Amino acid sequence: MAGADQVEVREGVDRETVETVQNMGAYKYGWNTEIEMEYAPKGVNEDIVRLISSKNNEPEWMTEWRLKAFARWQDMKMPDWALLNIPDIDFQDQYYYARPKSMVEKPKSLDEVDPKLLATYEKLGIPLKEQMILAGVEGAEDIDLNDRQVAVDAVFDSVSVGTTFKDKLAEAGVIFCSISEAIQEHPELVKKYLGSVVPQADNFYAALNSAVFSDGSFVYVPPGVRCPMELSTYFRINAENTGQFERTLIIADKGSYVSYLEGCTAPQRDVAQLHAAVVEIIIEEDAEVKYSTVQNWFPGDENGKGGIYNFVTKRADCRGDRAKVMWTQVETGSAITWKYPSCILRGDDSQGEFYSIAIANNYQQADTGTKMLHLGKNTRSRIVSKGISAGKAQNTYRGQVSMHPKATDSRNYTQCDSLLIGDKCGAHTVPYIEVKNNSSRVEHEATTSKVDDDQLFYCRARGMDEEEAVALVVNGFCREVLQALPMEFAMEAQSLVAISLEGSVG
Amino acid sequence: MSAVEKMTPAEARLARVTLPEGFGPQRRAALERLTAMGLPGRRDEYWRWTNPTDFIAPEPVAAAPFKDDEPELFGEIDRLKVVFRDGVFDAEASDDLSMSGVEILRLAEAGDVNWASALYGTLEANGQKPVVRPFAALNTASATDGVLIRVTGKAEKPVSLIYTHESETSDPILHHLVKLEEGAEITVLENGPAGARFNKLMEVDVAKGARFHHIRVQGRDHERRAVTGIFARVADEALFKSFTLTSNGVLTRNECVIDIVGDDANAHVAGAALGDGKSGAFHHDDTIFITHDAERCESRQVFKKVLKNGAQGVFQGKILVKPGAQKTDGYQISQSLLLDEDSQFLAKPELEIYADDVQCSHGSTTGAIDETALFYLRSRGVPVEEATALLVLSFVADAIEEIEEERFRDAILTRLEGWLSRHRG
Repeated sequence: MAGADQVEVREGVDRETVETVQNMGAYKYGWNTEIEMEYAPKGVNEDIVRLISSKNNEPEWMTEWRLKAFARWQDMKMPDWALLNIPDIDFQDQYYYARPKSMVEKPKSLDEVDPKLLATYEKLGIPLKEQMILAGVEGAEDIDLNDRQVAVDAVFDSVSVGTTFKDKLAEAGVIFCSISEAIQEHPELVKKYLGSVVPQADNFYAALNSAVFSDGSFVYVPPGVRCPMELSTYFRINAENTGQFERTLIIADKGSYVSYLEGCTAPQRDVAQLHAAVVEIIIEEDAEVKYSTVQNWFPGDENGKGGIYNFVTKRADCRGDRAKVMWTQVETGSAITWKYPSCILRGDDSQGEFYSIAIANNYQQADTGTKMLHLGKNTRSRIVSKGISAGKAQNTYRGQVSMHPKATDSRNYTQCDSLLIGDKCGAHTVPYIEVKNNSSRVEHEATTSKVDDDQLFYCRARGMDEEEAVALVVNGFCREVLQALPMEFAMEAQSLVAISLEGSVG
Repeated sequence: MSAVEKMTPAEARLARVTLPEGFGPQRRAALERLTAMGLPGRRDEYWRWTNPTDFIAPEPVAAAPFKDDEPELFGEIDRLKVVFRDGVFDAEASDDLSMSGVEILRLAEAGDVNWASALYGTLEANGQKPVVRPFAALNTASATDGVLIRVTGKAEKPVSLIYTHESETSDPILHHLVKLEEGAEITVLENGPAGARFNKLMEVDVAKGARFHHIRVQGRDHERRAVTGIFARVADEALFKSFTLTSNGVLTRNECVIDIVGDDANAHVAGAALGDGKSGAFHHDDTIFITHDAERCESRQVFKKVLKNGAQGVFQGKILVKPGAQKTDGYQISQSLLLDEDSQFLAKPELEIYADDVQCSHGSTTGAIDETALFYLRSRGVPVEEATALLVLSFVADAIEEIEEERFRDAILTRLEGWLSRHRG
């Protein structure tokens, strides 16, 4: 590739990686064009499900699996128990296999892009050309390939991690690929585990996802293997053609360990309205999985227009004894968030942890939390949830802790704190606690308060402006969760916290 | 087959609702509300942990009356007694219903008294949002009796409502009104099982600067079932305090819906429930909903449950802070002590907050008796049963502390100690 020479090769990144990334870029570009020519009509029906399945070259059993999910979905209703005001969603008015971006009129140049959006990109250190692509500026795809490689440096870095990883992983016997690839290459694993934690008809959104998911990741870590590096879906999320319905399946076999990062660390202007993802994690004996998310989808503008409706089902099943799972999430984006990463603590001595920061500003609505289902003896769980509401946003923690009669000597500790910025927003806590044996101990604590005036005053007195002061106080409020994030995520999460709260004071 | 036999129990129950005389418009409105909302099922959010079947059944499940060998509760206290035998007013056992500063009428005889007409069913109707409370609407529609208390000054002694249970199949529905005028003060005592199945409602309107105290001991009859509601409105600088002790009873659901509508008001609700499944099934449910709609108000919910031998405790509590209810101080604690492997505690402590300058917190804990504390006591020569009783007592103490007057606290403590001595081991 001609561009290879112009790209500064960083220490630790070999030539092969650079070339791979460049090739991916070229492929991606070509693929885009192809899709634009053959998008499926709006709506979902059996034909669309079959089409998606055939596009992914899936075997018959997979098509049947999807159709079964679709049949169940048709009989289901949208859940209405969350404290969310969800506008009517016409599920037949969505694209299930297409590039929605190409359907709308794009800005002709950066001048037409919302300057606030650009300012946000700048703060995240995203170069100009990449800003154009993220903002969906018309013609941005046509930017010279060489220019673009320089521009997508941030993305480039992450891709290189992913690809370098592949070689190293192959040595260890770890499988890390897209879910469609896994369906082809490892049908026995997919057949065994897909839908075993989140069944097809688990809930309305999971059923829809099961029927129409277009992409996602697959991870299998063989017994006794400790992943040498963290896995990331960074580049897929950033790809312009990310499916609206992602499906992730992670299997940590006996005694293995994997840390998985999910999310876009750049705010993505996505016109697609609906996202319904499913993540399933299976953790066998003595294995451990860490799953970290930074979610920063487009939250809608300050008047509550647009934004992503994010309906996500995430669940980890600690099947074996001493299995361990840790969910960490930083939820700053989306107009509506409906998400409850859960832990089934089936194995004796298994452990589940949930650390969450949920920030809702302007007209955002978040209803998020976790479920800790203690089934095995001596199981442990810990929940730390920090909710921040600003503007006219509504933020709800909803969680369940259930101690089964057989889950003796188990322990749960839950702490949910809410912070309110402004008198037009809401912060809510809805925990369900079910204790069915007496040797277990369950503790739940929750507080709600506003940003402390004294702390703000202290910061202001030292020359910070009000926004900086609020950001610092809020970062302090979230400290426990930020600390649970992997290093590189924590840094970005901190700046995201500040960005998400912009315009919330004064 | 007759049409009646094809009905579901809920339909049959609704078909049986009759509207007694008096408060006609209010009763008809309540029946309309009830018909619109229907009776609850297990799928209803606030009935997921308590099975309403026995409250819905057209006929109550028979319940044997229970002979209580304890000294009369509040026997030492000078009070105005109003006795209902299986829900029927017992004039002989009751005192003369007159006291200075207090007007006491009976629902069955009142006719349409102005102040009572304006209050009857009003707070209950207000309390149907955002969560419906069908058994309260049922009560307003079909209550056969109750007392209407209007307090204009400081009541000279407490009004003591006593409910006795003699018939195995009694199914009383009582509806009380308590209206405290500005600056007035009264204590209302309630005790006894009242019947095989008891549906009781109390609407309490606390005007500016008034003080309302309520202490209730639900009867010890093992087989009784009760669904009760307190609907209160609390005005500026007023105080509302309610405490309930429950021991025994196969099924109890106590709802408390409080609207704080005036600035600088206080509302405290507390409860202690003791259940031993060995002497009959025990299921106790406290469902509390406090709404702050004014500034600088304080609310407290303190609920303790001691459960053994398969007893079940439920707590559903909510603090709702409306927009503009600034400087709110809301506190809620629900705790349970599980004395053995078979007992269960189910809790949903909720906060819903729409104002920023507030301090709201809630806590909920569940667990067994503290082994370290038990060991400490035993190492000092206290036998294990006694040590357990001591620790249970200290666990429940926080809720009892919520009772303001010492003489009532003592009466409750005596009952509590009695229960502990009967349920050792």
